[in-house]
Amino acid sequence: MIVEAGHFALALALGLSLIQLIVPLWGARANDPVLMSVGRATGLAVFACIAFAFMALTAAYVNSDFSVVNVVENSHSAKPLIYKISGVWGNHEGSMLLWVLILTLFGAVVALARNSVPLRLQANTLAVQGAITIAFLLFILITSNPFTRIIPAPAEGQDLNPLLQDPGLAIHPPLLYIGYVGFSISFAFAIAALIDGRIDAVWARIVRPWTLGAWAFLTLGIAMGSYWAYYELGWGGWWFWDPVENASLMPWLAGTALLHSTVVMEKRDALKVWTILLAILTFSLSLLGTFLVRSGVLTSVHSFAVDPERGTFILGILILFIGGSLALFAWRAPMLKQGGLFAPVSREGALVVNNLFLATACATVLIGTLYPLALEVLTGDKISVGAPFFNFTFLPLIVPLLMLLPLGQTIAWKRGNFLGTAQRLYAVFGISLLVMMGLFAFEQGGPVAAPLGIGLGVYLVLGSFNEIVTRSWSKGTPLSVARRKAANLPRSTWGAVLAHAGVGLTVIGIAATAWGVEGLATVKVGERIGAGAYEARLERVMPRTEANYREDVAVFTIFRQGRELGSLESMKRLYVTRGMPTTEAGIMTVGLGQVYVSLGEVQADGSVGVRLYHKPLVLLIWIGALVMALGGGLSLTDRRLRIGAPARAPAGAPVPAE
Amino acid sequence: MRFVLALLAALVFSAPAFAVQPDEVLKDQALEKRARDISSGLRCLVCQNQSIDDSDAQLAKDLRLLVRERLVAGDSDQQVRDFLVQRYGEFVLLKPTFSAHNMLLWLTPALVLVLGGIGAYVALRRRPQAPEALNEEERKALEALLDQDR
Repeated sequence: MIVEAGHFALALALGLSLIQLIVPLWGARANDPVLMSVGRATGLAVFACIAFAFMALTAAYVNSDFSVVNVVENSHSAKPLIYKISGVWGNHEGSMLLWVLILTLFGAVVALARNSVPLRLQANTLAVQGAITIAFLLFILITSNPFTRIIPAPAEGQDLNPLLQDPGLAIHPPLLYIGYVGFSISFAFAIAALIDGRIDAVWARIVRPWTLGAWAFLTLGIAMGSYWAYYELGWGGWWFWDPVENASLMPWLAGTALLHSTVVMEKRDALKVWTILLAILTFSLSLLGTFLVRSGVLTSVHSFAVDPERGTFILGILILFIGGSLALFAWRAPMLKQGGLFAPVSREGALVVNNLFLATACATVLIGTLYPLALEVLTGDKISVGAPFFNFTFLPLIVPLLMLLPLGQTIAWKRGNFLGTAQRLYAVFGISLLVMMGLFAFEQGGPVAAPLGIGLGVYLVLGSFNEIVTRSWSKGTPLSVARRKAANLPRSTWGAVLAHAGVGLTVIGIAATAWGVEGLATVKVGERIGAGAYEARLERVMPRTEANYREDVAVFTIFRQGRELGSLESMKRLYVTRGMPTTEAGIMTVGLGQVYVSLGEVQADGSVGVRLYHKPLVLLIWIGALVMALGGGLSLTDRRLRIGAPARAPAGAPVPAE
Repeated sequence: MRFVLALLAALVFSAPAFAVQPDEVLKDQALEKRARDISSGLRCLVCQNQSIDDSDAQLAKDLRLLVRERLVAGDSDQQVRDFLVQRYGEFVLLKPTFSAHNMLLWLTPALVLVLGGIGAYVALRRRPQAPEALNEEERKALEALLDQDR
């Protein structure tokens, strides 16, 4: 019964979204505040409906209601409760429902923002949101209904793909979707501005927190996915340039560019047209990502859906929204007035360079991901574009950008002085060079990439904190004054510093992978396998049975230079229902590095194929991403955003504190 | 399509080996290092975007052994790659060749960077460096306003 109610709630939400599209838009044209504010009510109501539908599906999963096809295909009564819940979005239908849930949640938040957003802009924005909701609800109801029943109901479900039975899956897709879908708000605001033909710094101020929030979540989502692949797929890689990863990297790159161009727009009223275009492109790339993953055009572990009907439908949505918004852009953008002037060497100029490099990097990932598909369709030739291509083209674009980053962060607005800016970074240059040379001397003929990359990372970290120093301290300032000044800097400054330092940490982590060592051997109980300074001794191998899988557990004792560090377990699992084996790597964290043991086959004579890795500083890759997201979060708590733009209160009416 | 994919999935997942096996490793370390380098640039044909160096599939194992066999027989790195391309087509290379039909792929990054740079330069230069001077009418209006204040 609750399943049917959920299905009905979806249909109801579709009808309400139609109202949300038409009435506010009409109200904005007719300049009727009552019609415009209908958007608010429907925004909230649509969210309530979708939230109910989502809870209905979750209930079906928790109760293991095997009369629902979706539950049968992706659940099992013996599955732990957390995977019953995360299984709701561990499949095509459920994940689309989650997508719409987040979309409408954001719509509801926009609807609740009564005082900070001008009514006309809000009405237009909610209408655009309504249009996106309609498209995706139609997609769900027509091609991917999660509430379809099956008669007769089977006694047991087919279980969830074992690779996905992991805490990582519980968090990864929601984070990623909040990021993807968050950019829909920037997009909706951009389209609303185009419809209205008006855009200014107030627009930038309203949109920036949305972009910032979406970006922070996308950063977390990508990092989470990367760490999940690292420990789950069993060979210790953390980025594969897999099309599905690229699908999330593209909106991230475009979103990062958008974040920076919005700053220029908010502070200097410049780069308006470009910012609008970026907002459109970023969400278009999010849609493209959804299309690539959901249509099954690319087949990889992530693609659960293999159905041409769905693919065609999403392609239609893609063409409609991207084509439509770009056409609107081409028509309306020339009417937008350009503001603020600046010299080429200035903070604005530096941010233009930032956008140029990020956009190029994004285009590189895009062409690398789509070219094999296009070539096959057009000529029938099959080629592969893999990690070597991306490393070869992406790195030369990103490294110069990173080298310029601290300079851009230091240079003055409007008109800067290149040499003067470089002068303020002398200490940073010096220390980073010393670190680099020290590492070269220390490793004595080791890989060149590690010291160079770590030097770059240190330069980035120091370079970003340099901003705090130069803004709060100059020769002769007492330290106590400097400290107070530093503490009083806006939180958005601290946020930017933190985010840029996070980039540096990630760079250090990536560079240090060049120092990674691995050992490979077949060992018996009591024997050791070595990798660099580390050794692992196989203590015992034992079978273990859990509710929905069986596994062979190998227990190892880890040594560093002969000294015992502790023990870890590495597993070879067989998920009974699907008959699918997985490896569960044994991981021990030593400082910021990790010892990683993955199992091969257990032979008849009791010996085991073992792969031992030592990955120094590897955790910095993800810690850096966390710090980036944290910087984004800190920036969101800036006073300017909490208080909002000053608005003139209607005479006599008290202004609610918000 | 569904059937083919299911088959592929079965191939990928039903071979519970893992990447390079201890018994595959060559005694000659220099040769083994070359083998690993070559392997990481070759696609496991039945997998999804995995190199044969990373893959668990049986085919990947066969290819790894083949690479080592050729190296031991004295082939150069390029000869090994050519041999595999001849056998399996360009699909086997994770880094596409720099040939006519891949030109667009390889040149896009440089093109976007250069054209974007030129575009940004032109767009920023073309913008008026100073607001236009007031015309006669506007000047009079301004004076009138200023007079009011006095």
